[in-house]
Amino acid sequence: MNYLTTTLVLLGLIALAFTLGRRRAPVRDATWVKTASHASPGYYGAYVALWCGLPCLILFLAWIALAPTVIDSLIVGTLPEQITAGKSSSELSLVKSQIHSLAAGQAFGEPDPALSEAAARYTEFEQVSRMALFVVILSLAILTTLFARSHIRQHFRARVYVERITTGILIACSTVAIVTTIGIVVSLLFESSRFFAAVPVHEFLFGLNWEPQIPIREGQVAATGAFGAIPVFVGTFVVSTVAMTISVPLGLMAAIYMSEYASRDFRKAAKPVLEILAGIPTIVYGFFAVLTIAPWMTEMGAKLGIGVAPNSAIAAGFVMGIMITPFISSLSDDALTAVPNSLRDGAAALGATQAETIRQVLLPAALPGIMGGVLLAVSRAIGETMIVVMAAGIAANLTLNPLEPVTTVTVQIVTLLIGDSSFDNPKTLAAFALGLVLFIMTLGINIVALQITRKYREKYE
Amino acid sequence: MTFLEGQAERQGIAIGASGDTRVRSASPAAHPATVATSEETPIKMTARKLSVFYGEKQALFDVSLDIPDRQIMAFIGPSGCGKSTFLRSLNRMNDTIAGCTMTGEVMVDGINIYDRVVDVVELRRRIGMVFQKPNPFPKSIYDNVAYGPRIHGLASSKEELDEIVQTCLARTGLLDEVSTRLHEPGTSLSGGQQQRLCIARAIAVSPDIILMDEPCSALDPIATARVEELMQELQKNYTIVIVTHNMQQAARVSQRTAFFHLGTLVEWGMTEQIFTSPVDDRTQGYITGRYG
Ligand SMILES: Nc1ncnc2c1ncn2[C@@H]1O[C@H](COP(=O)(O)OP(=O)(O)O)[C@@H](O)[C@H]1O
Ligand SMILES: [Mg+2]
Repeated sequence: MNYLTTTLVLLGLIALAFTLGRRRAPVRDATWVKTASHASPGYYGAYVALWCGLPCLILFLAWIALAPTVIDSLIVGTLPEQITAGKSSSELSLVKSQIHSLAAGQAFGEPDPALSEAAARYTEFEQVSRMALFVVILSLAILTTLFARSHIRQHFRARVYVERITTGILIACSTVAIVTTIGIVVSLLFESSRFFAAVPVHEFLFGLNWEPQIPIREGQVAATGAFGAIPVFVGTFVVSTVAMTISVPLGLMAAIYMSEYASRDFRKAAKPVLEILAGIPTIVYGFFAVLTIAPWMTEMGAKLGIGVAPNSAIAAGFVMGIMITPFISSLSDDALTAVPNSLRDGAAALGATQAETIRQVLLPAALPGIMGGVLLAVSRAIGETMIVVMAAGIAANLTLNPLEPVTTVTVQIVTLLIGDSSFDNPKTLAAFALGLVLFIMTLGINIVALQITRKYREKYE
Repeated sequence: MTFLEGQAERQGIAIGASGDTRVRSASPAAHPATVATSEETPIKMTARKLSVFYGEKQALFDVSLDIPDRQIMAFIGPSGCGKSTFLRSLNRMNDTIAGCTMTGEVMVDGINIYDRVVDVVELRRRIGMVFQKPNPFPKSIYDNVAYGPRIHGLASSKEELDEIVQTCLARTGLLDEVSTRLHEPGTSLSGGQQQRLCIARAIAVSPDIILMDEPCSALDPIATARVEELMQELQKNYTIVIVTHNMQQAARVSQRTAFFHLGTLVEWGMTEQIFTSPVDDRTQGYITGRYG
């Protein structure tokens, strides 16, 4: 009896419950005012179906979440003394996973007979659990269905209840999103606080030196390392600025052309092509940056007598700018197209040129959409990692010069977490601190952009 | 000298003195005494054999019509008969519609506005338009009126611009209603106020002609009465062409009326005459409410 069968049976029961409820709906006849039924029969069906399905769904999820833990603790309880004696919880979990893999039929070498026995018991328990779930679900579904069906009467307000339950489900869904966000922020805060216990906040926020080394062996001579985040954030700033300098004008001009000048056929053909740019994997952009753009820039620089490093912020930013252009062009294009034609006509009838109309009427009206595109592009630029690793490097230089190699926050987070190190030293914890500051920064950018939009937008109805 | 003559002269084109043609009434002798305007009114615009096509579909067939200077001319007719199309071809708004083409000519002060020498942007500044649905810009009331003067550089100082805005708002009777909230969005006004704001915006660039496409169809009776009053007032300085589906309105405000049907101009002349003794059966049928 596996979970799939249970699910299918439950779905069948729900369908059945729906029909039962529907049949039970009060009859509507010509004298409906007297025998007023509050809703159409479908609502009675939905009411019973919801009663049948929802409690079972909750039970199902809870069961799946809790059953493994319960079974594990039961199994561990039955293990002989000599295996469990004096073991810490992490050692015990190793034993548990050994049992799990034995149960799945993956034996390495000669397993301990006690463990094999435990594995057999594990399989057995699991089967019992599934069977029990099936029986419990079946009876619960039948009980709730009968219960719901029994209180459908002449004046039962099925629609009102169904809508209330639906609202509840919607609230639950949005709560999941909110709770997830809060959970992420809280865990970031918690891990960062552990980092800041080791490295002072001011040193992290204002330090000019980023060398996240820690002694690997006890008493190693290599210095304690420096965790000054300024060079990393400056790097992010430089690369993102280069990217935005390229993508904002490019995207906006493309959007203006597509919405105001291009023929409808051209727009229909060109828009998807432009949007493909955003769908190219960033690693491919990385190739492009490191194999084509960076050498070309170095060469051009040499011709002009400017030294451009082979790894440079400008090469990474340039390619990134191309990559995020479609976010701006596509959203701005949609926003401009959504401005009603009556405003274009109004401006034209006053003798405004097309350029004047675009600048003074259409762009302000489309500002929220345009700002949305720019914000999306900024967050992509700040979050982009692959292109930077490949084209700008991982050395934390403190420089505002885009012609030199820099590194960014996300790249540093990756390098901090690569390799096997546990989450209890400043090196790995620094990743959380970087993440937290990055989060606060993007939040700040969003708030500022919202304010700008509020101030300058011109709202058409 | 009018703007069009100026443009033509710069291009070395000779044009006949404007105002030497006279409005031809459909049946001059019918009701001579009841009409307020003189038969000798100079004409401002002339359409000659104007046909308009949307793609393959012909929407207007060989329309020829004279529009008198500083009077109100009304276009009436059932929906879809081409009134808006004709009105929009008078300031070349149809140019903005993809696939819209035309043949024939429209003369303003004796020059063909479809001639290559005419700059369409400048043309529309001199021939303003008010639309069926009020379409104030989503800017402040002040900026709505100031928009035209600003782009055409009609005011050399802030004071002068204020002056223009105040005057135009005052002429539309809106100033008293909005004087304390000039910097609130134009879209926050009521429908009737929005339409008067659009009219104020149109006269702020001092056009010669104002075209109005069913300007009152979205308004309540009181707002309609205000706009009609305003048209009577504006008529002293501007040539006004109004499309309306409201025959009482046409009879109330206009001196001339033209009746369109299925893309053709059926009959046109003094309003009195069109409404009391139309020549064509279709006109008769429309004004007595047999169809429309
Ligand atoms: N933009 C357009 N594209 C295609 N056909 C149009 C367009 N505008 C109007 N038409 C057609 O032209 C005819 C005349 O329309 P219109 O001038 O708007 O009539 P009215 O203003 O008298 O109601 C109608 O048949 C209409 O369907
Ligand atoms: Mg119309």
